[in-house]
Amino acid sequence: MAILSLKNVSKHFDSTPAVAEVSLNVERGEFFGLLGPSGCGKTTTLRMIAGLEKPDFGTIEFEGKDITNLSPEHRGFGMVFQNYALFPHLNVFENVAFGLRARHKPKPEIAERVTSALELVQLPKYEKRRVDELSGGQQQRVAIARAIAIEPALLLFDEPLSNLDVALREETRGELRELVNRLGLTAVYVTHDQEEAFALCDRTSVMMRGCILQTGKPRELYEHPAQISVARFLGRNNIIKVTRLSSSNPPFSEFKTLQGDHTLRLPTRDNELASMNKPSVLAIRPEHLLITRNSEGSENVLPARVRELNFAGATSSIKLDANGLQLEALVLQSGSFAIGDSCFITLPAEWLSLLKDGGGTETV
Amino acid sequence: MKGRRGGREETVTGRKVEREKNTQWSDPQQAARDLPVAQSSHLSISTFPHLPASSPSLPVSPSPRLFLFLITGLVLLYGVIYPNLQVVVSSLQRNHQWSLANYAEALSQSVVMESVLTSLAVSILTVLFCALVGVPLAFLFERYSFPARRLFAVLAALPLVLPPLVGTVAFIFLCGESGILARLVQSVFHLETAPWSLRGWTALLLFHTYTMYPFFYVLTTAGLRRIDAGLAEAGRSLGAGSVYVLFRVVLPQLTPSLIAAGLLTFMTSMASFSAPLLFGGGVRVLTLEIFTARQRGDLELALTETVILAAFSLGALIFFQRYEGTRKFAAAATKGTGRRLRPITGGKARAAAMVGGLIFASLLVLPVATLVMVSFARDGRWTTQTLPPAYTLANYARILTEKDASGVFINSLSMSAIAALAALLWSFCVVTLAMGKGRRAWKRLLSLLVLIPWALPGTVVAVALAETYGKPSPLLGSYVLIGTFWILPVVYFLRFMPLVVRALQASMEQLDPALEEAAGSLGARWWQRFRRVTLPLVWPGAAAGTLLAFVIALGEYVASVLLFVPSNRPISIAIASELRDFNLGAAAAYGVVLILIIGVSLLVGARFDRTRA
Repeated sequence: MAILSLKNVSKHFDSTPAVAEVSLNVERGEFFGLLGPSGCGKTTTLRMIAGLEKPDFGTIEFEGKDITNLSPEHRGFGMVFQNYALFPHLNVFENVAFGLRARHKPKPEIAERVTSALELVQLPKYEKRRVDELSGGQQQRVAIARAIAIEPALLLFDEPLSNLDVALREETRGELRELVNRLGLTAVYVTHDQEEAFALCDRTSVMMRGCILQTGKPRELYEHPAQISVARFLGRNNIIKVTRLSSSNPPFSEFKTLQGDHTLRLPTRDNELASMNKPSVLAIRPEHLLITRNSEGSENVLPARVRELNFAGATSSIKLDANGLQLEALVLQSGSFAIGDSCFITLPAEWLSLLKDGGGTETV
Repeated sequence: MKGRRGGREETVTGRKVEREKNTQWSDPQQAARDLPVAQSSHLSISTFPHLPASSPSLPVSPSPRLFLFLITGLVLLYGVIYPNLQVVVSSLQRNHQWSLANYAEALSQSVVMESVLTSLAVSILTVLFCALVGVPLAFLFERYSFPARRLFAVLAALPLVLPPLVGTVAFIFLCGESGILARLVQSVFHLETAPWSLRGWTALLLFHTYTMYPFFYVLTTAGLRRIDAGLAEAGRSLGAGSVYVLFRVVLPQLTPSLIAAGLLTFMTSMASFSAPLLFGGGVRVLTLEIFTARQRGDLELALTETVILAAFSLGALIFFQRYEGTRKFAAAATKGTGRRLRPITGGKARAAAMVGGLIFASLLVLPVATLVMVSFARDGRWTTQTLPPAYTLANYARILTEKDASGVFINSLSMSAIAALAALLWSFCVVTLAMGKGRRAWKRLLSLLVLIPWALPGTVVAVALAETYGKPSPLLGSYVLIGTFWILPVVYFLRFMPLVVRALQASMEQLDPALEEAAGSLGARWWQRFRRVTLPLVWPGAAAGTLLAFVIALGEYVASVLLFVPSNRPISIAIASELRDFNLGAAAAYGVVLILIIGVSLLVGARFDRTRA
């Protein structure tokens, strides 16, 4: 039973659609991510969940109740803003106590809850500090303490780590995940950083141009993107244009690559039924390509030539030309290859994904 | 969506800076920045909600909104729409018949045409001279560092808070034909008669330049501060010389500021009244014509001339508003290379800058110093000497103890306070409406209506109110506002409430909308959000605007002279009548006390603000 569900929610800003027919379900206790490039509507979706924007169409339900038109102050959701939105005229204690005072809690309770919230974010004894004296990371913690002090029914994050430097971002990320787990909270987390979403979230929706393209566990999204746009957004991918051969028979499908004229075989999944003799698209991650000197096995093995070698520390990328089909492979060691070498590429069937072409407008 | 996010980030970075700026009330430059234009010129967002970022997304609940709407609407109807329409309608009627006879008559009189042309000529020349003084000064103080730069920079904006009438009087004492400078020259060169007479074009332009160049100075300074120094450096790195960079990089970015300053100066100069009245000599400007026509009892001619004058001012206002919008492109460059003042290091140049600064400072301070000296002069004893020979406290004793004489202080203080506080309360209604949800066209109209009484010359506002509320009217029934104590607080409110509205609106726009949203998500209702978040954060700006309105209302003369009655005689009228009776000492003493009250108010405001921060 989902604790939060959005049903066909849409929002326009002056005739520009920001969010189009978004539906999603968040389970109780789940850390849910909304991932997408800037301007994709993820923040607008979050703001509609918070009640800061009203959807033009659709409904938002929380614990089975329709909250679409409920004002934010009556929702009881904690929100952490991208720029923290700490009240500059209040000190740390007053900032964290704000929501409790708005609820007219008795003073001793406020003091106790503020203290424990600040301890949770590892900022004890900072009560009297002015917020502009704090570093970015500390301000971030105060913002989180302020949101959890009201014991929110749902915790919303709007790119909360984007203003921190890389090292601090990774550290805070771990702490955040642990904190939310410990308190048993449900969280919705907006980010444009794929790594962040994967590290933090139980499930993530990928949004683009106001629509949710795919929802799933990080591993599913990464290994089996459903659409070209998702595959391209989530890291590097080899996108291979193919035609499905009419001869293919379940449980395997056969595809002919447009470049290089190779034949690729992969198991047919229920949801992947590309029409026969029509162009479609396969994707495979560079790290899933196997490169060998000699041909091993026969399935999905293509002869190729090394075109370019790029050393990048722990890994190296090798650009390959398989009879006109350009592929990129990521390997731990490239030592044995040199530009111009012949080799064989294996495309393991389990790593090949058949993509839905997102409207066919994508250029590959 | 993109614009919204960008705007929010900008406000966050601007917030702290803005708070610091607000803590300097005593600084006349700050006071100047709080003038409508100046305010928006250094803020990235103009009055008009072009940017979605400026509108907080949390709505005020409907019933208070209706209340705000009613209050705002009623004030605008009674104070702005009806009186001004009444003037236009009356000018188009003759014996209760629609007719253009008034205009035909007015335009056929050579005096009227001449006064229109004279007003225009005076104003255009004023703009020119003010630019010639104000712009280089701004460059000097913004670009170079030399000893006492800060002091000079603050002094340079001083004339802005000097009440025009007091400034005029001080000018007469200093440069008039029997003023100290004239006497000095006369005695040094043993001349028979005064070396010059402070009358006519020269005097008028000199005085206008003295009082109005700060518009250019303040706006250019603000514009220069906004320009990313990196742009000039980029220009230099591409091989452009400093002069080329000035004309091709810096000045184009300043153009909106300069045009705004020009329009503002133009409007102020068109509205100028005290100076032409006291030493305009043969220069018959339009404000003066209206005043004399009214004094003669030729009300129809006065009304018609009022409409003509108003048309020029509103035309300038509309241009002004248009340029406010275009200023945004300059404001976009908030990040980038910081400015660095170029130190003047050479010994000679340094000395020259210092001496120049001293001369300039004394030129600015001299009129006020003269005023102080004359205020201590014994009346009747200062005849042919260069400086008053005998000094006394009698002038102060008289104006502060005689009941008739000291009553004017109570009047001015109470009327200005009433007007300023009413403006403060009202501005919250207007700004809440202007920044809330709603059609953009309506918001534009609202902003325009609010600005009209500020753009119209005081003479026009006074004439419109006199015409409308001088007889029983459909809006007030049998109650006649003219002739009561309340007419002046009402005029002060109307004339200066735009200052408060603009100051408050600027503060509101600086406010990060996420703060109110955060408060909302934490469970605060709209009243809690207002009291605990919005009010404390906009208070410095709102209070500064209110204080400025109060201080300017204290010295108001132009509208007061047309509308005052014995029960509400303000300080400015007392100064003018002492002057008419040749009680120079008493007139000067009034002026000095007025300046003191203004100075103390600004200082108290600054102190009050500091304790809050």
